[in-house]
Amino acid sequence: MSSPESRTLRYVDALREAFEQEMERDSTVFLFGLDVDDHLGIQGSTKGLLERFGPERVFTTPLSEDAMTGVAIGAAMAGRRPVHVHIRMDFMLLCMNQLVNIAAKAHYMWGGQVRVPLVVRSMVGKSWGQGAQHSQGLHALFAHIPGLKVVAPSNAHDAKGCMIAAIRDDNPVIFMEHRLLYNTEADVPVAPCEVPFGKARLCTRGDDITIVGVSNMVQEAIRAAELLAEAGVRAEVVDPISIVPLDIATIVRSARRTRRLLVVDNGWTMCGVSAEIAARVAEETEGVRIRRMGFAPTTCPTSPWLEADFYPNPATIAETAWAMARPDAPAWRPDPERARLAWQVQFKGPF
Amino acid sequence: MSEETVRLYRSLKRIRRVEEVTAEIYPSDKIKSPVHLAIGQEQVSVAVCDVLGPRDWVGGSYRSHAMHLAKGGSLPGLIAEMYGKETGCCRGKGGSMHVIDVAAGVMGSSAVVGTQIPMATGYALAAKMAGDGSVVAVFFGDGATEEGCFYESLNFAALHRLPILYVCENNGYAIHEPLSKRRARPEGICGAAEALGVPATRIDDGCVFAIRSAAETAVRTMRTGGGPALIEAVVYRWRQHVGPNEDYDQGYRGHDEAQPWKERDQVARLAGMLDPATREAVDAGIEAEIEAAVAFAESSPVPAAEELYADVFA
Ligand SMILES: Cc1ncc(C[n+]2csc(CCOP(=O)(O)OP(=O)(O)O)c2C)c(N)n1
Ligand SMILES: [Mg+2]
Repeated sequence: MSSPESRTLRYVDALREAFEQEMERDSTVFLFGLDVDDHLGIQGSTKGLLERFGPERVFTTPLSEDAMTGVAIGAAMAGRRPVHVHIRMDFMLLCMNQLVNIAAKAHYMWGGQVRVPLVVRSMVGKSWGQGAQHSQGLHALFAHIPGLKVVAPSNAHDAKGCMIAAIRDDNPVIFMEHRLLYNTEADVPVAPCEVPFGKARLCTRGDDITIVGVSNMVQEAIRAAELLAEAGVRAEVVDPISIVPLDIATIVRSARRTRRLLVVDNGWTMCGVSAEIAARVAEETEGVRIRRMGFAPTTCPTSPWLEADFYPNPATIAETAWAMARPDAPAWRPDPERARLAWQVQFKGPF
Repeated sequence: MSEETVRLYRSLKRIRRVEEVTAEIYPSDKIKSPVHLAIGQEQVSVAVCDVLGPRDWVGGSYRSHAMHLAKGGSLPGLIAEMYGKETGCCRGKGGSMHVIDVAAGVMGSSAVVGTQIPMATGYALAAKMAGDGSVVAVFFGDGATEEGCFYESLNFAALHRLPILYVCENNGYAIHEPLSKRRARPEGICGAAEALGVPATRIDDGCVFAIRSAAETAVRTMRTGGGPALIEAVVYRWRQHVGPNEDYDQGYRGHDEAQPWKERDQVARLAGMLDPATREAVDAGIEAEIEAAVAFAESSPVPAAEELYADVFA
């Protein structure tokens, strides 16, 4: 479906294009963080930007995430538009004080007189022994704090559109990427484009069950929906795209119609984004059956045999959705081989 | 050929071979774990651990195979851990980046840069409280000295005269970024430690004996309340930051930079100091031990599904 206005791009390349176009448009945008200027360029997402925009706008830093976050905040208040990059979301835990106590609160606490137009990019790892400290989806921690926007694009199109919207936003935006989405492709507009925050997308249409996915779980849920369709269950997959602001209205509307809501998060369920969505739907509807899936309530292990059970996948999503949609029918589970996603199976480490 | 030379050679060569074998196995995808090899910089762990006793602790980063083995951590446990097997040193939950052997005094390595530094300082605080004369050595890279917790830990250790040896393995790079892009004064690590009250020694030629001697002096002092010290050992990483291969074709560094370090290779150097019969006997023992450890990992069972939920809480 490519047209002159758009073409197929990988997720990483869509991000790269967003930086290139925004840095071209606005000279106050700069991009920094560990390894952004090395020959690999954050899996390719920052490649070539140093050559194009120079070392004053594209530079690596010392290994000092806490202070660098503070520096980014200060520069943002002083009129620049920094994009700060972390190769894992886990490392953002070093930045919590700056993000929660300063970035999130500055505009409010100082009476609306300063702004923090900051984007913090981070990648969530999975598989090949990422383990305890390289796999965490921590979006719920940030979503808890008023003043931080949180977005988690699930495809190349939204990666570009959300990044451009994030850079143009006058607030701190936590931008969650997923390592295993980087090679996935979608149709992406050539021109700069914004995907607005707070507007969910219906990825598939169906009347039997609503499945909300977050980040890469959108893709897993879409595969589950395909398998469910073969078994006669029509699932409506909703991608909220942004967690803060959250388009709860679209989710509520869908759940009211299907009477069933399954929320699948790329994070833990306890006090997580799935809990928030489930609670909001429960508050605003009657008689909707609700279930949640997410990381197993444990630490992510490195052994592949254990890790396989740590995450929801298209087979377990389809099985759960089936049980909700067909409570009186015998349990059903798709062929696990057919539920595997090629872009995940093909992924090889070390990182 | 002193007993010490044989001992150091054996430890150096054993680590080198374990990591070479790891790299050989890697393309088979049996090790689905990000491996950060210490090939070329083994001498730091070997030298420091040589002056430590069984009741002393060591801590390190994701690049800790050398430290683990030098301190007496289990070899089969390490290989099985990389294989993700139940018999691994973390029961398949940690992988290459998170090694531990409590019985051997290996405290558990952490993959978030710098985190081991305050953790080890806590072990040193406990050692001081216990008053048993034990000490702690913590290994970290040049990059880790840029984290705030490095400075905060050294300040605290100096203030409380904690028995801890900070060991900076300065290989000149954090991933692909050279020290010159991260510090205005690349040679300033020792000076920063000194400014906080931690006596520091820099050894810039990678000599295993020089590192050992600096560690011995520092550890002797701290066993009797002398307080912390820092050793900055300049070394060179021969392989990729992460992964089994060389990366001199990637453009961020060249063979020319590695060459002097390869000429100073401590494994080869000490091999040359041993008489051939001794060396062959040591080498044969190492090969047999590694072969057995790999066979153990290959034949070990995979973790049972319930293990996923075991040990979330103590
Ligand atoms: C807090 C944190 N930031 C970034 C990373 C990603 N990272 C892993 S290793 C590394 C480089 C560390 O360099 P150095 O301390 O010199 O150790 P070396 O790898 O050279 O042994 C970086 C930046 C991390 N693991 N943790
Ligand atoms: Mg280094």
